[in-house]
Amino acid sequence: MKQITVISGKGGTGKTTLVGSFAALVENKVIVDCDVDAPDLHLLLHPEIIKKEEFKGVKVAVIDKTLCSECGTCEETCRFNAIASTEESGYAVNPARCEGCGACVFTCPQEAVTLKERVSGYAFISKTNYGTMVHAQLNIAEEASGKLVTVVRNNAQQVAEKEGCELILIDGSPGIGCPVIASLAGVDLALIVTEPTMSGLHDLERIMDVTRHFGIASAVCINKYDINEENSKRITEFCRQRGIQVVGNIPYDSVVTEAMVAGMPVVEFAEGVVSDAIKVVWDGIN
Amino acid sequence: MGRTMQQNGEPMIIAVASGKGGTGKTTVAVNLALSLSNVQLMDCDVEEPNSHIFLNPVIEEIKPAYTLVPRVNYDLCDYCGKCAAACEYNALVAVPQKEVMLFPELCHGCGLCSLVCPQDAISEEPREIGVIKTGKSGDGNVDLVYGVLNIGEIMATPLIDQVKADLDPEKTVIIDVSPGTACPVIAAVQGSDYCILVTEPTPFGLYDLRLAVEVLRVLKIPFGMVINKAGIGDRKVYEYCEKEGIPILLEIPHDTRIARYYSEGVPFVKAMPEWKERFAGIIDKVLL
Ligand code: SF4
Ligand code: SF4
Ligand code: SF4
Ligand code: SF4
Repeated sequence: MKQITVISGKGGTGKTTLVGSFAALVENKVIVDCDVDAPDLHLLLHPEIIKKEEFKGVKVAVIDKTLCSECGTCEETCRFNAIASTEESGYAVNPARCEGCGACVFTCPQEAVTLKERVSGYAFISKTNYGTMVHAQLNIAEEASGKLVTVVRNNAQQVAEKEGCELILIDGSPGIGCPVIASLAGVDLALIVTEPTMSGLHDLERIMDVTRHFGIASAVCINKYDINEENSKRITEFCRQRGIQVVGNIPYDSVVTEAMVAGMPVVEFAEGVVSDAIKVVWDGIN
Repeated sequence: MGRTMQQNGEPMIIAVASGKGGTGKTTVAVNLALSLSNVQLMDCDVEEPNSHIFLNPVIEEIKPAYTLVPRVNYDLCDYCGKCAAACEYNALVAVPQKEVMLFPELCHGCGLCSLVCPQDAISEEPREIGVIKTGKSGDGNVDLVYGVLNIGEIMATPLIDQVKADLDPEKTVIIDVSPGTACPVIAAVQGSDYCILVTEPTPFGLYDLRLAVEVLRVLKIPFGMVINKAGIGDRKVYEYCEKEGIPILLEIPHDTRIARYYSEGVPFVKAMPEWKERFAGIIDKVLL
């Protein structure tokens, strides 16, 4: 079984457009959305949820006001600025900042603080016209997106084994931090989607450092390559120096947005230069 | 010279955020900064900081940023395992009579283990997670502070907090926030007087925008919308803003010249100065 993650460093480079199209092109796979923070793939694939599972991430501290003596020890202990007092309501925890470490529970002389579990999001297993899809939604203002990504990855593995799939196709998350690292762990290939802009080049360099750091084989695809062909050449040259293959160049075309508005993978929405280029990219990574 | 953003005589802190990445958040932050005077731009998108690409800054200072990790003094440790049992993140494993192993990438630097240890065997030492760079834009008009997270590092939030510690209270501060709605976004946005949300008028843009709106409502920070690449996609973002009573502060058209300047790393207000007044005009709408 092969696992491929499509990532971009920066968001908005067309990663989800590509994954949506691959989902329509390839047979016998599990489709995975690891962008649990701001997932978009479902807008193209219209999953019908068949299993929904609560995700408990980090815990949250809660102060029992009837026990609290307003001594302020907890506020001093908390390294994450999650506790503050106001005149109206006394000492209280800001759940958006609390990392559930439990230090305040330990230092409170009145035993007024406890850690409570909280539901931080949901993991889903769904049916789509293109095969089984595994995805999730993190609640807003939550930490632990990396952990939820790991839950999603494990679900994907199980589904793939059960269904005898040869491929796990993963839409990665943006950035280079915790959720990205979790969406790359142990995959066979990272397909990096970039744009020929100065920021695109900069982000590409950062994400390549990440894949190299974790020893993950990579390939690059330049989206909207024709909006700045000098920059596209620069990216190709940069990849050549790093020994990484550019597997395809996708031209800019308004058909991509039109397909998104129609809620369809672009290769299904219309034939043409973009769909042809996406097929070339897919062949290039196989 | 240009304008400043003030509220009750105090300079304002304006966050620029977007649910989805790549919607033009950095474009808005940089061009707004260049359209005002007495500005500090803080790039809190520490995973992929991009503002500096557009500002060609002269860097004046680079300082490392740290979190604290425990260090065990084995002359005192009796391998009781209380530290490992207390750690909520499983960052410590006590091996009897041998060692207390730390997995630094799991450690949040909360300090609980050192509080818990009955032998006082745990002290804390700094571990570098990234760097903070400070400087001025090439033209000298914008102060820039930005954080760069080390490769392979997962703790973005403490780095963001440390970038924000350099906030200059004498200036209008513009914060470039990382995409999404999770912890790093909260850390960057919190404490702002206003948030500008940047979106594109597409289904992806709308879905992620709704999540960002929820976050700002929870944090009780007033906000308005800048629509980038206006003209592509559909009208749903506009309908949503209308229905929710969210003001549209500015529309930036989908324009090949603007896209070209962006791709070259040029802030488009420099090449198209008529846009400076439009960006500065956001203030009047923010203060309503
Ligand atoms: S440490 Fe305990 S008693 Fe003191 S203010 Fe905090 S919750 Fe209240
Ligand atoms: S659990 Fe940790 S992060 Fe949460 S309030 Fe207590 S000390 Fe702060
Ligand atoms: S709590 Fe202190 S004494 Fe016990 S294992 Fe940890 S470091 Fe050693
Ligand atoms: S500082 Fe906190 S997170 Fe780090 S090892 Fe100690 S208890 Fe665990």
